[in-house]
Amino acid sequence: MKKLAYFVLLTLLAVSCGQENAPENHTLHPDNDNGGLTLPEGFSALVVADNVGRGRHIEVNENGDIYVSLRQNDGNRGIACLRDTSGNGKADIIEYAGEHTGTGIKLHNGYLYFGADSAVVRYPMQEGELKPGNSWELIARGFPQEGQHEAKPMEFDGQGNMYVTIGAPSNACMEQMRTKGSPGMDPCPILDYAGGIWKVDENSLNQHYLEDGERYATGIRHAVATRWNNQVGELYAVQHGRDQLHQFFPEMYTTEESAELPAEEFFLVTEGSDFGWPYCYYDHLQNSKVLAPEYGGDKTIQERCENKKPPIMAFPGHMAPNDLLFYTGGMFPEKYKNGAFIAFHGSWNRAPEPQEGFFVVFVPFDGENPSGDWEVFADGFAGTEPVNSTGDAEYRPCGLAQGPDGSLYVVDSNKGKVWRIIHS
Amino acid sequence: MRINKIAILLLAVALSACGGKGNSGQQQSEPTKQTSGNAVTETKSASADMSNHPGKKVYDSVCLACHMADGSGVPGMHPPLIDTDWVTGDKERLIKITLEGLSGKIEVKGEVYNSLMPPHSHLSDKQIADVLTYIRKSFGNNASEVTKEEVQNVRNDS
Repeated sequence: MKKLAYFVLLTLLAVSCGQENAPENHTLHPDNDNGGLTLPEGFSALVVADNVGRGRHIEVNENGDIYVSLRQNDGNRGIACLRDTSGNGKADIIEYAGEHTGTGIKLHNGYLYFGADSAVVRYPMQEGELKPGNSWELIARGFPQEGQHEAKPMEFDGQGNMYVTIGAPSNACMEQMRTKGSPGMDPCPILDYAGGIWKVDENSLNQHYLEDGERYATGIRHAVATRWNNQVGELYAVQHGRDQLHQFFPEMYTTEESAELPAEEFFLVTEGSDFGWPYCYYDHLQNSKVLAPEYGGDKTIQERCENKKPPIMAFPGHMAPNDLLFYTGGMFPEKYKNGAFIAFHGSWNRAPEPQEGFFVVFVPFDGENPSGDWEVFADGFAGTEPVNSTGDAEYRPCGLAQGPDGSLYVVDSNKGKVWRIIHS
Repeated sequence: MRINKIAILLLAVALSACGGKGNSGQQQSEPTKQTSGNAVTETKSASADMSNHPGKKVYDSVCLACHMADGSGVPGMHPPLIDTDWVTGDKERLIKITLEGLSGKIEVKGEVYNSLMPPHSHLSDKQIADVLTYIRKSFGNNASEVTKEEVQNVRNDS
């Protein structure tokens, strides 16, 4: 109750301080159970929507309208559009738009850019309308047909460039896909067209990413979590590390080691960076980028990996970082300012060990680099502990967005539940 | 950790053995929903005790990483093996998928999967027969067994 009073007071103060574009939120009440989430002291949450579909990423407009990309939807209307008309934080209008499904979704310069798995398109936003217009334009095309790592998140640098992750349709560039005993291809031909981040013009239409764009960084197996950090003017990404070390090399890795390794790596992605996939992986227990067993590695030797760019932070294996956000809002305490939130979707490749992840972590930042260790920020999504099979997790955090008032939004991929986390 | 796992498995098996016969034959029935709740996997009714079946060893070393110990798969990535015609239906199709792998879009229980399963032709006919029998009789499934000869026939035809 006391918390609530503080919250109302603060909110009123914030509103009276004149955040012009923020929706009126004086009737915003956190849910009694914080929507099932466990949060640090002073934070609370409310459920914006229970079930918008197979959610992936999320954007919040300056007027508070919310857009969620969907992986699957009848009629391919993969943009869920949510509006709260009463000011209580709950979406009371939910509509579906678009002709694509996928992951990347970003409001930029009056458009809603959408990362369909095979292309990046944009829909025009319309003044006063919740739904974007139907007349989409093709921005980037030519992406490989991928049965894995096909998500296409995109970022903008404010200089007219768009950055798109092209995940490698492969685990470790083996000659035979995910087949025990198959050696790694050397050099890995996939790196010519995937396993990196490509830069294209954000406004030119119908660009082929290989012909009209340029490879900005390479050696990235797959990164669904990418974000341009406006404070420092750099691109960041969190990689999904390779799978199945024990399955392919049981004589070298125990199931426990294979669950923990390799690290999920947090990258500062500067132009020309090479992070080493598929030749190398990062072992966070040894703090070393080591040679992958498909390329003759023995768990410790580095060889060519000595020259690959190390991560700025490493997390336990397979937790599946699916979104990254640098917090610039005014609502959360000072420690969170310019720090990073990462949504970990939760693992599958830790079996037969219990699965891990299914939470949102916070990483404090000072300038370009982390200034402290990571900590779990929001937990409880899975609703069960331990999670033995990935499917046991009731919800899986997949996308993050910051609202105009500084709220942090999280979307789940199982049912498309949307939470709004606030501080009071 | 290992001991825990075994205990849970044993418990699950014991529970399922007590469950009696729920679904019979190969009819599709409503899947057993596993949502949140306690850590023990509360399944399933019809399956026999398969904990000592030779197919389990193959399953644990080859299939479990993607399809999970309880056959529930991974949402959006690896389809479940529970109560689906892909597993309990046409044996020839099932054998072929195991031998040759599978890619492209498929629908399993209303969910679209567009993933990739590698071929497993390096397994012996007996190993494939064992593991397919195991999945057809586990996780609540109760379909007929797959024989070595059936695997051999499909392998020779392809």
